[in-house]
Parts: sequence; C-alpha cells; structure tokens
Amino acid sequence: MAVFEYAPAPESRSIVDIAPSYGLFVDGEFVDGSGEPMKTVNPATEEVLSEVAVGTEADVDRAVKAARRAFTRVWGPMRPADRGKYLFRIARLLQERAREFAVLESLDNGKPIRESRDVDVPLAAAHFFYHAGWADKLAHAGLGPDPRPLGVAGQVIPWNFPLLMLAWKIAPALATGNTVVLKPAETTPLTALLFAEVCRQADLPPGVVNIVTGAGETGRAVVEHADVDKVAFTGSTEVGRSIARAVAGTRKKLTLELGGKAANIVFDDAPIDQAVEGIVQGIFFNQGHVCCAGSRLLVQENVHDEVIAALQRRIGTLRVGDPLDKNTDIGAINSAEQLARIRELSDVGEAEGATRWQPACELPDRGFWFPPTVFTDVSPAHRIARDEVFGPVLSVLTFRTPDEAVAKANNTTYGLSAGIWSEKGSRILAIADRLRAGVVWANTFNQFDPTSPFGGYKQSGYGREGGRHGLAAYLMGADSE
Amino acid sequence: MTHVLDPHALTAETPPRREPPTPYADVTRSESAFRAFLHGLPGVDQVGASSRVAMLGTRSIKTTSKAWAIDTAISMVDLTTLEGSDTPGKVRALAAKARRPDPTDPGCPPVAAVCVYGDLAGVAKEALAGTGINVAAVATAFPSGRASRAVKLADVRDAVAQGADEIDMVIDRGAFLAGRYLDVFDEIVAVKEACARPDGAAPAHLKVILETGELVTLDAVRRASWLAMLAGGDFIKTSTGKISPAATLPVCLVMLEAVRDFRAATGRHVGVKPAGGIRTTKDAIKHLVLVNETAGADWLTPDRFRIGASSLLNDLLLQRQKLRTGHYSGPDHVSVD
Repeated sequence: MAVFEYAPAPESRSIVDIAPSYGLFVDGEFVDGSGEPMKTVNPATEEVLSEVAVGTEADVDRAVKAARRAFTRVWGPMRPADRGKYLFRIARLLQERAREFAVLESLDNGKPIRESRDVDVPLAAAHFFYHAGWADKLAHAGLGPDPRPLGVAGQVIPWNFPLLMLAWKIAPALATGNTVVLKPAETTPLTALLFAEVCRQADLPPGVVNIVTGAGETGRAVVEHADVDKVAFTGSTEVGRSIARAVAGTRKKLTLELGGKAANIVFDDAPIDQAVEGIVQGIFFNQGHVCCAGSRLLVQENVHDEVIAALQRRIGTLRVGDPLDKNTDIGAINSAEQLARIRELSDVGEAEGATRWQPACELPDRGFWFPPTVFTDVSPAHRIARDEVFGPVLSVLTFRTPDEAVAKANNTTYGLSAGIWSEKGSRILAIADRLRAGVVWANTFNQFDPTSPFGGYKQSGYGREGGRHGLAAYLMGADSE
Repeated sequence: MTHVLDPHALTAETPPRREPPTPYADVTRSESAFRAFLHGLPGVDQVGASSRVAMLGTRSIKTTSKAWAIDTAISMVDLTTLEGSDTPGKVRALAAKARRPDPTDPGCPPVAAVCVYGDLAGVAKEALAGTGINVAAVATAFPSGRASRAVKLADVRDAVAQGADEIDMVIDRGAFLAGRYLDVFDEIVAVKEACARPDGAAPAHLKVILETGELVTLDAVRRASWLAMLAGGDFIKTSTGKISPAATLPVCLVMLEAVRDFRAATGRHVGVKPAGGIRTTKDAIKHLVLVNETAGADWLTPDRFRIGASSLLNDLLLQRQKLRTGHYSGPDHVSVD
C-alpha cells in the first residue's frame, strides 16, 4: 500500500438525470426515431445508460426539412445581433449546467471527470462565447463585405470529445447564420441530447439545431441528403474519404478533420521535466483518443535514455481507474471495438520488434481498459509508427540532427499537429516553419482555444475550425482553406 | 578569503574545498567547470512548471487521506518565530505548543522542530529537552546574509554551542547572482564544518536557504539547489520568510525534482523545506501531493520534508478538529502564540 493513498473522491452522479430512453431532436421537439433503438453504455462499467433512437433516411429528411424551414423563415433573416444573443445564452447555460454536462460526458465517454470538468465543458462554452461575438461582426472578418450563410449544415462528429466537437461544429454554423442537422457518435450521444435540452431552454427557434442520433447509416443519410449545403465531419480518415467521395460533384461545401500521427520532437536542450509532462499530456490526455495526440515521440539520441527513464517514472504515477473519481488521470477506452484495435496494433508493434513497456497498474475487472503504453526501439517502418492507434500508446523514435527530426516528423500521411521542445527560441521557429502540420505547439501540447484555427495537412483533412478561418467554412464565397 | 565588498572585514579560515559526491567529484575543480556544470542542467519552463502544479492542485484529498495528510503535515512543521521582539517567554510558549499542538487531543502529533534565532536556541533547547523535537536556529547573518564569512561562521558556532540540532543558513545571493558559484559553495562547506560539535557528537543538520524570491527564475532555483546539495546541505529550503514571494508551488516543484534527480545520481537523500506563505491546510496538502507525485513517497517523512510556518499550525489543528468532530470550532479553540 502506498504511503499517501488518495481516498476515493467520486463526483456525484446524481447531479444528472439520465432518461431511460431518448428520441431524436427535430424541429424543437423530441420525436421517436424510425430505426431500431440502440443502447449506449458506460465504458467504465459496461452498464447500459440509456436507449437512444436511431434516425433513418426518412428521419434525417424530416430534420433537414425542419432546418431548411428554420433557415429560410427565421434564422437566416434574423438580425445578426439577435443570433448572437441566442449563442451567448447557450454559452451561459453550458456554464450554469457545467457539472451536469461534465458528469454525463464522463459517464458516456469514459474520460476522467477532471478532463470533462476542466477541459471539455469550459472549452465548449468558450466556443459559443467566441462565436456569439462574431455573429454581428462578420462583415469585418475579412471574408468579404457582406458574407452570406450557406444554408443547412450536415455535421457528423466523433466520440472522443462529444460535447466539445458539437460546440466546434454548431457554434460557427449558427453564428454565421446557418442551421444544423448534427449526428453525434453512436457510442456517445447523451451530451448532445442534453445540449438539445439547452437549446430549448435558450428558446432557440425550432429547427435551428436538429440532433439525429444513430450509427454510420444515419451519418451517411445526413451527408448524402440532397438539401444539405455544407458537410462538416470529424472522425476517421477512412470514413472521411468515403464522405469526400459522396460529396464530390455536388454543390456541397466540405470540411474534414481526420486522423493524425503527430510528432512530438524533444531536442537535447529541452526543459526535460516539462517535456516529459508534455509527452504525457500529448499521448495520455483523453486516453490517447485525440486526433492530434503526440503519438510519435521523436527524441534526440543523446538524451534518449534520460528522457525515457524520466517518462517511465512519470507514467508510474498516472492514476488509471474510475472516470468519475476526481483524482483519476486516465479513464476507460470508449468502446470494445476501439479497445480491440488498440490491442491489435500493440501486438503488431511487439511482433514487428518494438519493445513494449507498461507500468504496473491494476485495471478494473469490468469495462474497457488499456494501460498507458510506451514502445521503444520503434523504426519508422513499423506500423505503430505509421498507423493511428487512437489510444494510450506512444511510439518512441530517435533523431540525431534537426534535419533528421524534420524529415522523420513529416514522414507520415497525416499532418494535423506537432510539438517542439527546446529552450532555444530560434530553433523552435525554424523547425515550426518546416513542419507540415496544421498546429505546431512549442514547449506545450494539446492546448486548444476557440480563437485558434485547427485543421490538417494531407490525410488529416482540409478546412479549419476555430478562429476567423473557421468562419469561412460556413460562409458563401469565402475560401475555406 | 577576504570579503569581496570589504577587504578589511574579519577573515575566516577557509577549510579545504570539499569534493562533491560521485559522480560529481570533479565539477568544482574550477570556477569555469562549476559554472559549466550548473548552466548545463536542463532548463525549467516556467509555464510548464506552473501548469503542472496547477493540475496537482486539483487533487481531491478527502476523508481518511485528508486525516493522514493533516497529521503528517503537523509532524513536518518547523514551528517558527523569527521576530526582533522574540523573548525567552515567547519561545517557551512556542515550545509548549510544539509538544502538544492541540491540548484537547493527546493523539495529535508533535511538530518536527522549533525554529528560532541563534541567541534563543538555548532557551528552546531547554524547553524541548527530552521531547524529540529539534531546535532549529537560523544563522549566517539571517536573513540577508550580508556579513563577513567570519561573522557568519561565528553565528553558526554560537547556535551550535547553544544546542541547536539544525542550522538554517542563508546562501550569499549576491555572489550567486553575480556568478561566483564557488564562493557560495565554499561558504556552505565552511558552514557545514561549523555545524560539527567539539565533543564529537552528531553535527547539527544543515538546511540551506536559497531565498528563491531573490533568485526569481526557476532556472536559478534549480542551479542553486544543485549547488547546495553538492556542497553537502542536508536540506534545501526555499525562503527566509522575510522576502516576498516566499515558498511557491512551482519553486517547490523544481526543488523536489532536484532532490529526486540528485538521489538517482548519488544515492544521497536531501530534504526539502518550503517556508513562508504556507498558511492553510489546503496549501499544506497541496505541498504533500506535490511531494508524493514528484520526489515520491520516500520524501513523505519529517526527515526529508519540512514546512516552515507559524500560523499554518492553527489552521491544521482547526481542520483536524473538524474532521474529528464533524463541525468547525473557531479560532478560540486553538492557542494564540
């Protein structure tokens, strides 16, 4: 037993009411779905949380029609300043109900309450506040003198940051005058449905936001619907590719935010202790279910042993377990399916000759769990150095010179993010210039802000979300690149 | 050596330069070698250090772990009075408090030490005889350290002769900031020698106060920590309490990293003592969490971690009573010192 054992400090789950079943949110009302309802489980315990409606093509059609109606009659003609008021109202409601959202997010997703409380929910509110401010200032965004909305946006979001990705999608769409049909991820629909309740609480006109739950088929119906003007997707590169195919040749505008295999580059003059923190934050934040996760550690060979020793010691202090415990650092893997993929790729890593290291840590008996994992002796040819694992698995590679670091960092089909650790400012700027990644962090990692555009190079997708650039994706004539 | 600022100052015998422990035996062979070593330590990113302690500050320590943390914190307190107005009476009152911090509860642990000026060390020693509670005396022209080395060493010898078990010295921040690292090193070595007792009994333990509020940057804190450990300090201590800011969590983090890395390299344990500015139970618990998750559980003992404080103790006692009885009492339920 540890000398200083932290007693369990669970956040109370009674703050949130979970209904036994949920319908679709269409035209301001909760309605039944025509598909066979699906169950959503708590990945930490495998307990069924609720039954959620599944939208079919007909349901999606109803939602798109409602969105179109709301766009032409109410939301489109509305004074921009008034649209801003609704967004401010939503933002404030998210803050007021922050604990509810945080607990629900941790229950449905498996992420630690510390993250949903300190990152997901505050950032989601921040996105609404930020975009609320833009609503009546779009003429000054440098995107033309009188930028016009596109119409109806069809949006499909992933399960890793359910509420935050919803905010990234809905806030800019609404601020620019569009209406929305959003499909949450199959495994994490609950916070989107709570958000629907917030829309009602904010008196948002019916049809402006429609939420259609379901799996891949429902998403396909949203994306392929003929009356959708804009498609926004965050998720896997594989699905993104099929969406790009489906949208090709139509008038629909498209933004894709897909996978990543980010390099986190540690030079020998880095602040080592903080770099170790950054490596941990880069790959173990949200169980590694982060598209911009720093999953490839590129460490300068002359400090490799020192950095790895410090990293292993630090990983030994990570607290894996009950997501609702306020002291938990790493929660549950979101689904059995994702766990299987992480296991498979880790086994491939070992089979290909990399060395697997995992701390001694007890995992709960029920639920989906994977310990934090570090692979050393990884070659750039190994699959764990190329494929996105989307889990708490770090691949360590080395370099000898800055040129080699850049070459190896860019040697990926992705290009979403990268990190540089060095105390030398000139080196940071020079390297950042040469990295083909949408976001480059210097002496930090996984920092997000609504003012900062986010998006990828190459197979990480196209278009930007957040900041002034993110507005362009929802405005007519504005270049979304 | 003669005093840098005052060539006519009293001169002190400088003991032969002590070699730092392996594998660092040669780093003090010259001023430039020592400088290269200290400046070659990895830098500290202020933003990263601050966000690390902010994250650890969110640890939720409740029920049994809170009870353990409060008792542990009490047992780590160096109960301090360092005022010009200190009297033997005040020191005796403090000693009584140190032995039984909570007169209503015999289960409450005593503190680790009572910390006073050197001239009152004898009074404290007498008042604490047979309790196991140490007497710590500040010395070396505390708090500024601006005196000739002979005066500083005399100050130390005097406190040791009065029976001090621990000496809290200050480093020469002027010399450190001017880059005269070997001067600072030699002085710590000399003070360490002065901690020896003429009768051959165990020498007084040496705590080296870095006065981090005057060093300002975390890079400087890391260098000063290593300097003090290499020179043989048993503890590194943040502050005198006379300069603001005193102990802060990022500074404590860097010092804990230093002792952790020093042990990994040399096998020697050096303690850490944040002092000044820690006033609430919450602050104290944050420090214990920091120790636990930085240097590790090996440092969660009064031999390796101390908290220099005066008003903190009463808050710890109030929180302890609250845990025990289920309700808050109030400031009149603990003694005023």
